[in-house]
Amino acid sequence: MSLYILPKEKLGIFVEALKANFRVVGPTQTETGYAFEDIDHVEQLQLDYNTTILPPKKFFLPQREVLFEFHSDTHHDGRRKIDVRPVYQDVEPTVIFGVHTCDMNGIMLYDKVFAEGFRDEHYVARREQIYVIGVECLHPCDEASFCKDMGTLTAPPIYDLHMTDVGPHYMVDTGTPKGERLLLDHIDVAMARKEDIQELGRVLSAKWPQFKLRLKISKDQTPSLLALGYNARIWNELGERCLACGSCTNVCPTCFCFDVHDESNINMQDGERVRLWDSCQLAEFALVAGGHNFRQTKASRVRHRIMRKGKYIKQVHNLLGCTGCGRCERACLVNITIPGTLNALHEEMQLESGI
Amino acid sequence: MLTTPLVNHTTTTTPRAYDGHTSVYLPTVATIVDVKDETALEKTYTIRLPGGQNLGHVPGQFVMVSVPGVGEVPISITSSPSRTGETFRLTIRRAGDVTGVIHTLQVGDEIGIRGPFGRGFPIETFRGRDMLIAPGGLGLAPARSLIDQIIDCRNDFGRLIILYGARTPSEILYMDVIREWQTRGDIELLMTVDRPDSLWNGHVGVITTLFEEIEINPYNTIAVTIGPPIMYRFVTIELLGKGLSPDQIWMSFERRMKCGIGKCGHCQVNHRYSCQEGPSWTYAEALAFEEAL
Repeated sequence: MSLYILPKEKLGIFVEALKANFRVVGPTQTETGYAFEDIDHVEQLQLDYNTTILPPKKFFLPQREVLFEFHSDTHHDGRRKIDVRPVYQDVEPTVIFGVHTCDMNGIMLYDKVFAEGFRDEHYVARREQIYVIGVECLHPCDEASFCKDMGTLTAPPIYDLHMTDVGPHYMVDTGTPKGERLLLDHIDVAMARKEDIQELGRVLSAKWPQFKLRLKISKDQTPSLLALGYNARIWNELGERCLACGSCTNVCPTCFCFDVHDESNINMQDGERVRLWDSCQLAEFALVAGGHNFRQTKASRVRHRIMRKGKYIKQVHNLLGCTGCGRCERACLVNITIPGTLNALHEEMQLESGI
Repeated sequence: MLTTPLVNHTTTTTPRAYDGHTSVYLPTVATIVDVKDETALEKTYTIRLPGGQNLGHVPGQFVMVSVPGVGEVPISITSSPSRTGETFRLTIRRAGDVTGVIHTLQVGDEIGIRGPFGRGFPIETFRGRDMLIAPGGLGLAPARSLIDQIIDCRNDFGRLIILYGARTPSEILYMDVIREWQTRGDIELLMTVDRPDSLWNGHVGVITTLFEEIEINPYNTIAVTIGPPIMYRFVTIELLGKGLSPDQIWMSFERRMKCGIGKCGHCQVNHRYSCQEGPSWTYAEALAFEEAL
């Protein structure tokens, strides 16, 4: 929409002003890496971070989320009565600073999954209170990222504000009217001038050569490659290596599957139904009553995850299920990677077809 | 015979409103108005929604049944739309924590209901056809919804053939109802058990052995089979062998649904969410995804 200039020395004033009205979170340095945490002082905010351990998923889909409270007890007539009351957890005005473009693509997917079709009011209530402030990626996070391959190195149109570091100041783009109000209500900023916009163009065009391609195919070919490779040998090889620990799905910005279960208080009458992050890599995920498991082997579970990332989510939501953020690769204890898998599958299919 | 109108084919459920909020996860509190013992493992519950509200389902759909404090499970609907007024019926096998507690519940107790969910059988498109229904074991519970619906509009359909297989005589569901079906004269019913007891004088063998006993018109027959996954592999061979095409064969692909609305991921069959796009699929549809069979 409109471009504004935010001098770097005014970032602290902006954050302080926001804190009066919002919960403010952003990338901070922790002992084990960067993490999205609450910002108490602007010095904690590390907008030039490389990557966070977890994506900002936790603010959109809490790891443990109460769906409703229940009360059940036995009346004097001996009959069991129940009462249920919905809970909307973690709904508060929140500003998330410093979201990378890969993670914005993840948020775009949550919006499709949870706000379209059957509206998930728990998600929507929280989502409506969240402001996304993106930050332009000017350098690759590390060797594990492959955002350029996945087409996620450009900000998708879901941000309220998007910041680009152009040296002495940030260029701020307003993506939504509510984002523009957020900016103008909390800080006095000037519109970008012609030479500022020219400088932004130079910064953006200079960033692209720094990002390397890792895939031997284009992202548009992944659904058809995976369709061809459903019975490839590589799944068995990966299944033998995989520890089925679920780390990959935990850190993934596009893994949104969940388990639902009840937690009762000690009185066994009151309690909560909660949803928890779940993982299709765990053995019980596709287990049904009677003991049949539709994905008994680790090979079938690894395949399901990669199929979701590169094919299934695209078929259902018309967005690829992988943002190229590289987190699963960093988290994997046995070096199972998405680029490595797709490249190996591509080679296997080429050998098979004699090309 | 009076022809009762068939219900509209619905695929959705309405979110529950509460204090101005809505949540698709919030169950409706319903009351158990009857409990009937079927076998050692199964009971049939008659359930009434608040105000006697009609469930509005089609055969082949399911509901999510809640026991707060224990959990929620998907259960196929047993009663036909034609026999669902202010109450509906669920036949529930004691198979885990939630169904174990449900089996302790009695008339007057309350449970939570969400749904109906999923795509049921498109019974409108079956009108005029011969129907071959082949349930195995507990598959008779959802099949009964379809069978009763057909019986209640009997003139709208051609032959009604039921091939039912159970593991043992003591596991046969709805024996009283089956006897009625046998005596009506407009249902061809064959039953078999895998393992007979000393009192059984009927057919012995797996369900596929019943197919040798019947001839069908392959041009005009719709087959519906509901049972454990392994059964589908063998029943489809029999049906294809009789000349049916894969899109004349309907099946139910039940998975461990946790949300019912195509989000939680547990019921996925390849990219399809069986809670929404299924659980009813034709064999032709199922052939398109590797994880179905």
